[in-house]
Amino acid sequence: MARTRRPSVLPGFRLTVGFTLFYLCLIVLVPLVTLPARAATMGWSAIWQTVSDPRVVASYKLSVGAALIAAGVNAVFGLIVAWVLARYQFPGKRIIDAFIDLPFALPTAVAGITLTTLYAPNGWLGAPLERLGFKVAFTPLGITIALVFIGLPFVVRTLQPVIEDLDVEIEEAATSLGASRSYVLTRIILPYLYPAWLTGFALAFARAVGEYGSVVFISGNMPMRTEIAPLLIITKLEQYDYAGATAIAVVMLLISFTLLLTVNALQGWSSRKLAH
Amino acid sequence: MAHVETGRTRDPKKGLTEPAPVRWLLTATALGFLFIFLALPLAAVFTEAFRLGWDAYLTAISEPDAMSALTLTLTAAAIAVPANLLFGVAAAWAIGKFQFRGKQLLITLIDLPFAVSPVISGMVFVLLFGRQGYLGSWLIEHDIRIVFAIPGIVLATIFVSFPFVAREIIPVMEATGSQEEEAARVLGAGGFQTFFRVTLPNIKWGLLYGVILCNARAMGEFGAVSVVSGHIRGLTNTLPLHVEILYNEYQFQAAFAVASILAFLALVTLVLKTIVEYRTRRSLEPVGEAGS
Repeated sequence: MARTRRPSVLPGFRLTVGFTLFYLCLIVLVPLVTLPARAATMGWSAIWQTVSDPRVVASYKLSVGAALIAAGVNAVFGLIVAWVLARYQFPGKRIIDAFIDLPFALPTAVAGITLTTLYAPNGWLGAPLERLGFKVAFTPLGITIALVFIGLPFVVRTLQPVIEDLDVEIEEAATSLGASRSYVLTRIILPYLYPAWLTGFALAFARAVGEYGSVVFISGNMPMRTEIAPLLIITKLEQYDYAGATAIAVVMLLISFTLLLTVNALQGWSSRKLAH
Repeated sequence: MAHVETGRTRDPKKGLTEPAPVRWLLTATALGFLFIFLALPLAAVFTEAFRLGWDAYLTAISEPDAMSALTLTLTAAAIAVPANLLFGVAAAWAIGKFQFRGKQLLITLIDLPFAVSPVISGMVFVLLFGRQGYLGSWLIEHDIRIVFAIPGIVLATIFVSFPFVAREIIPVMEATGSQEEEAARVLGAGGFQTFFRVTLPNIKWGLLYGVILCNARAMGEFGAVSVVSGHIRGLTNTLPLHVEILYNEYQFQAAFAVASILAFLALVTLVLKTIVEYRTRRSLEPVGEAGS
C-alpha cells in the first residue's frame, strides 16, 4: 500500500491508515464476519431447512414486500416534496425543510409506539380510518406506514440537491423552442433525475428491509401474518436457537449487501450523468 | 399581437414554472404528506406524555429506572461518539490527503454498518461474545461479561453510529485537497500543529455535523442494543429500551413521558443540524471573489 502512493510531505499516512484499518476490523469487519463464518459451519442444507420454513418465508416476503411498497410511496411523495422545497416559495418553508430529517433523529422505538398509538382503533388517525373500513395497527398496512415514516428523508434528500442544481437554461431553451411545460417536465427534467430518484428509492428500501424498532410495536407480530424477518431473528436468539437465527440473518445480510452494491452503482451512474 | 408581446416582456419566467393550480396542488400534497407523517406523530408524543398532567410526567421521568436508563444512554454515547470521532478524523486524513490502492473499497467498507439491519448488528456481538459464541467459554472462564452487560451495549452503539463522522468529513477533506497543509509543513509547522491550525478550521462544520448525527443515532439506537442488552432493569436498560418495557407493561403515559425526552433530544438535534448547515453554506460562499 505504502509503495503505490505518491510521495507526500504530509505526515501520518501510516498512523492514520493503520488506525483506520485496525478500528474498522475491530468494530465492524471481525464482528460481521462471525455471521457468515457461523453459517459456513452449518452447511447449506441446514441453512436451507431453516430458511425454507413457511414461517420464515412469510417473514421475508413481508419484510421485502412492505419495504418495497413503502419505498415506492416515498419515491412518489418524496419527489413531490423535494420539488416543492427546491422550486416553490411559501411561508414556513425553512422550518419544514429542517423537519424532513425527523425520522433520522427520532429514535425508532419512539416512532414505533407513537405510530401505534396514532393508528390504533381509538387513535387520532386509526379511528377515522376504521370507520372507513381500514384496519391499520397490527396489520401489514401498519408495517408499511411505519416503513414509510423511517424511509421518508432518503428520497427527498437525494433529489433535493439535484433539483436545486438543475440548469435553468436548459428549461429556458426548451420553452423558447416551443416545448410545453409538461413536455419539459416529463421529457427533460425527469430523465435527468432518474439516477438520484432510483438511489433514493434504493436507500429507503434498504433501510426498510432491516428495520425493527419502528415496526415491532405496530405489527402485532402474528406468525405468518405480521411477523417481520428481524423479529424472527430475535425470537430465535431468545430461544438460544443460534443456528436458526444465523440462517435467517445470513440471507438478510445477502439482501443488504446486494442493495449496498446497487446503491453504489447507482451513485456512480448519477455522478457520471450529472457531470456533463 | 402587440398585446402578447408586452405580456411576454412583463413576465420572462412565464412557462418556466408550473401553472398556479398545479403549484398549489403539489404544495398541498407535499404539506399534507408531511403533516400526516411527521407533524402528527411528533404532536402525539407530547400529547400522550402530558395526558395525566405535569405531576405524572415528572414522576415518570424521575423514577430510578428511568434515571439509570438515562445514565446508561449518556454513558454509551459518551464513549461511542469520541471513539467514532477519532476514527472519522483518522480515516478522513488517510483518504483525503493521500493516494493509495484500495481507497474506494475502504470508503465502501466504512459504510457497511448502515447497510446492516440493526438486529444483525446486535446479533454479531452475541455470536462473538455470547455463551455459545466464539469467545464465550474463554470469557466465562475469566469471568468477563460483555453481552447482556454494559460493554455489549457500548460495542453495539459504537457499531451502529460508526460511519457518521467519517462519511461527513471524508468529502470535505477530499474537496479541500492538501495544498494548504503542504504549505504549512514546508513553512516548518509540525504534524499536529498543521492539523489543528490548518485542517481543523476547514473541516470543523463537517465534523460538527457528523458528531451531531452520530450522537443522535448513539442515543436513539434500539434494535442492536435490544439484542445485546438482555433487558435487565436498572442495569442494561437504555432510554429507548426503557420506553419499550414501559409500553409493553401498558404504562403508556410513562412510556410516552420517557419517549418525550428522546423526542426533545431529536428536536435539539434538528435545530443544531440546521444551524450547522446554515454556517457551512455561509463558509462555502466565496469571499470577495468575482465570478464564481
